[in-house]
Amino acid sequence: MIPAEFTYQRAGSVDEALALAADGGDDAKFLAGGHSLLPLMKLRLAVPEVLIDIGRLSELSYVRADNGTIAVGALTSYHDLAQSSLLASELPLLAQAASQVGDPQVRHRGTIGGSLAHADPAADLPAVVLALDAVLAARGPSGEREIAAADFFQGLFESALEPGELLTEIRIPRPAGAGWSFQKFTKRAIDWAIVGVAVQDRRVALVNMGQQPVRASAVEQALAGGAMPRDAAAFAAEGTSPPDDLNGDARYRAHLARVLTARALDEAASRG
Amino acid sequence: MKVSVTVNGNPVTAEVPDRTLLVHFVRDEAGLTASNVGCDTSSCGACTVLLDGQSVKSCTVLAAQADGRAVTTAEGLAGPDGELHPVQQAFRAEHGLQCGFCTPGMVMAAVSLLAENPSPTEDEVRLGLEGNLCRCTGYHNIVRAILAASKERVS
Repeated sequence: MIPAEFTYQRAGSVDEALALAADGGDDAKFLAGGHSLLPLMKLRLAVPEVLIDIGRLSELSYVRADNGTIAVGALTSYHDLAQSSLLASELPLLAQAASQVGDPQVRHRGTIGGSLAHADPAADLPAVVLALDAVLAARGPSGEREIAAADFFQGLFESALEPGELLTEIRIPRPAGAGWSFQKFTKRAIDWAIVGVAVQDRRVALVNMGQQPVRASAVEQALAGGAMPRDAAAFAAEGTSPPDDLNGDARYRAHLARVLTARALDEAASRG
Repeated sequence: MKVSVTVNGNPVTAEVPDRTLLVHFVRDEAGLTASNVGCDTSSCGACTVLLDGQSVKSCTVLAAQADGRAVTTAEGLAGPDGELHPVQQAFRAEHGLQCGFCTPGMVMAAVSLLAENPSPTEDEVRLGLEGNLCRCTGYHNIVRAILAASKERVS
């Protein structure tokens, strides 16, 4: 099984990647690790005519502390996120979630930027950056702009990135508290989550409970109103529209969201 | 496009279509058939090779992405005199295979795992094999073999 024909181009710099994307127009896609895009291309669910390989832009692979913010380069692999001592101490939610994506081989290749730009609501890191209140930096023909994570995910496989815009950095405010948890439920180790929950302090975000990753606003409001974690978790499915598929129907997902949110809030409370 | 990959220490250069997958480059251009095409959907791990020392599923990497880089397959593990790699020896001693189809991928995943974590616990070995499926369900002996290889290397 191989992808449909395309033209492969390799970018040697961010500027070159942007220039190639401008030339390629709507038929061009950026290729980072390829672990979201290539499987879709093999199934002909994505048929780009031009692939612009940004995988060698090592200047986009880093985790560093900038004042009150942790900056993560878009090309940082899941493996490097999981191994980062800075993340382990400052943002353990991101390190822990990254260590559970896919399997070791996938984690060696897959990147945080690739996952976010792909905007799959069943992927883990989109919900994690929502819970972390991250800001996503993108570069395009007219320069750099910042997009709040809450505005970035717009629908199934749909992000706020304009054609030709490249996600370059994820900027995450240092959390105020120490309470965090990541929970997901899968049938097999390597599967996407049937449902997942990311908690940082009192922010709660859900994996695979709709067309895009969502904040569990009703849970957050209940917590802000003084509800106990177990009681607040009962609102986890409110306002969501979880999919029905082979892994479970919407009712089952709503149940999972409540159970996993209760576990996540308990675990976060035990750390905070 | 022209792709050059150092496979098991030997340069292999070929003109291939842009959409060529690394697993096909290794099998058809380098002529090394240990890496199997199993599920073809990055699930089973039968195609696992090392790319610059890290395990990857070669069915989900373009040959072009490996251009100029180093790939190691199961054929490249044994020493020049044919002496088996400690992981290969352990798979043999512990009978870590049944039909053998998943074995090259299991061995490469194990080599990568032990490079990152030379003394894993049994749980860490099982987690480290998340990306490799054995349809004979022969996992126990595979895990035993990797633990034995780790002890052999550490001692």
